[in-house]
Amino acid sequence: MRRALPGGPGRPGLGAVAADDGWRRLHPLSPLVRSGRAVLAVLALAGLSGSGLIGSGAGTRWWDFALVALVAGGAAVNWLVTRWKVDGVTLRIETGLLRRDSRQLPIARIQAVDLVRPLLARMLGLAELRVRLAGSGDADGRLAYLPEQAAEALRARLLAAHHGLDPATPEPAESAVTSVPTGRLAGAALLLGVGALLIWWLIICGTIAWRRVSTQYAFTVAASPDGVRIRRGLLGTVAETIPVARIQAVRMIEPLSWRPLHWCRLEVDVAGRLGHDRPEGTGEVRKALLPVGSQDEAARLLGIALPAVRDWPVPRRPPRRAVWKAPLSYHFLAAGHDDTLAVAVTGRVRRETTWVPLAKAQSVRLAQGPLQRRLGLATVHLDAAGKRVRAEFRDRPQDEARALVGELAALSRSARRRAALAAPGPPDAAGEADGRGAAGEADGPGAAGQAASVASPVNASHSEA
Amino acid sequence: MRCAEVIAGGGALAVVTGTAAGLALGRAAAVTAVAVVIAGALAALWFARNRFRSWVYQERDEDLIVERGVLIHRLSVVPYGRMQFVDVSAGPIDRAFRLATVKLHTAAAASDARIPGLERDEAARLRDRLAALGEAKAAGL
Repeated sequence: MRRALPGGPGRPGLGAVAADDGWRRLHPLSPLVRSGRAVLAVLALAGLSGSGLIGSGAGTRWWDFALVALVAGGAAVNWLVTRWKVDGVTLRIETGLLRRDSRQLPIARIQAVDLVRPLLARMLGLAELRVRLAGSGDADGRLAYLPEQAAEALRARLLAAHHGLDPATPEPAESAVTSVPTGRLAGAALLLGVGALLIWWLIICGTIAWRRVSTQYAFTVAASPDGVRIRRGLLGTVAETIPVARIQAVRMIEPLSWRPLHWCRLEVDVAGRLGHDRPEGTGEVRKALLPVGSQDEAARLLGIALPAVRDWPVPRRPPRRAVWKAPLSYHFLAAGHDDTLAVAVTGRVRRETTWVPLAKAQSVRLAQGPLQRRLGLATVHLDAAGKRVRAEFRDRPQDEARALVGELAALSRSARRRAALAAPGPPDAAGEADGRGAAGEADGPGAAGQAASVASPVNASHSEA
Repeated sequence: MRCAEVIAGGGALAVVTGTAAGLALGRAAAVTAVAVVIAGALAALWFARNRFRSWVYQERDEDLIVERGVLIHRLSVVPYGRMQFVDVSAGPIDRAFRLATVKLHTAAAASDARIPGLERDEAARLRDRLAALGEAKAAGL
């Protein structure tokens, strides 16, 4: 029995394959290639543990070698029991140690013959021959691995036999039609990825925009004795009433992209969870009072949402050295308060102005990080009910912040008292304290400054319904 | 605040962990490991001690002040009227040392008035007092 040996630099085809019909084995290096990846991994692991990086002692090393031997042994046995031959009109492949598996592939039925060369096989000059028949999806006949020349010769022979020619017919010369330059390939793949990303991005943006538009279509705000009434919606419409007395905080957001148009968005935070699964977001605690509008409209709505306010506190900027603590948001940072209202401006790219009525304050907190301590700064939070509802007096001078905590606590106490007086009856959970009633008494030692806040040039003499 | 017990507990725990780690790593590395772990434990102990020393609370007429933090210094002022409920909790280690943690909840998620490591009687007293004051001064949202 002649073997098709790898080194045999014989002429392709004839010498190696075409001569006899005896059984042949695969190339003796094929077990190495087949189990190559596993063996390499185990060897690398063994090397690592051998150099003492993982664990210690001889036990681990012994196990590694046992594993290598097991894998290699299995592959070797597989090689030993696998044989093939071309038997006139059929290609026969037999394999299996315990369960003999014999395949007969009629050459006339062959659909395609592929040559596959994995990297490791390529380095050793081997190739895998895959014979595909119609029907089953898997490669029907796999000969892994043959020497490259032998594989090519076998392919030529199988194809020749398939076409009904003499098996010894040499493979006809092929002519290159086109080849793809590497650069174009890379570019095409890149463009495809970018295109896919772009489409996804468009879909996501479109969905978000659609949701905004459909829920806030035909947005109308009306003042009523019960509170602020909002009607909105494109497909399903919502009419919701926000009791003014339950507004915990008002926030004005000015995104960067809207700033040239002087647009802003006004949101109110309402206490209490109204339920999770209401349709169209009516259960949300944070509500848009104005999805997008001009500064004037915002100022008017602000007057309605915070009717108790007469003089708007002017936010003051933190000291210059706060730049080191907040380089990205220093340009917006500002905060201020009077005896009824606190206002704070934050934000890096989009400016967020938050107003919290002192009567609604839940707690006052001071926080000072290590960097702030070095700079002599501190941040004071005035929390209102809800998650992340607060006015942040960011990066104020340390002494001012200390004083501010006490001041805010005292001011909110007296503001609370005034609100309680203005709303006789038990302040139950519904909390229907009439904010508007408090307006008359709220401005005790009124700060005479007619100054309006930077963000809202409001004089609060709005009389609403 | 009495937290000497907690410090002692932390120290004991650190020593036990150190020994265990030393045994697990074998004789050769044991000395180094124990040294490192003990150093770490001491550092942790130092931090914990400072942390607990910095924890101060003060009951005023109208509000409760809790001050804490070494690296990040925090101070919370919570008016009694804003209190929604008071929590007293004690984990297994707390219980072993007869300690408890009192936590005040307001409607604002951010207000963190937490006083850990109170003796159980003190915790109960504080809880009752806070609850009573909260009742008396309750204000609507």
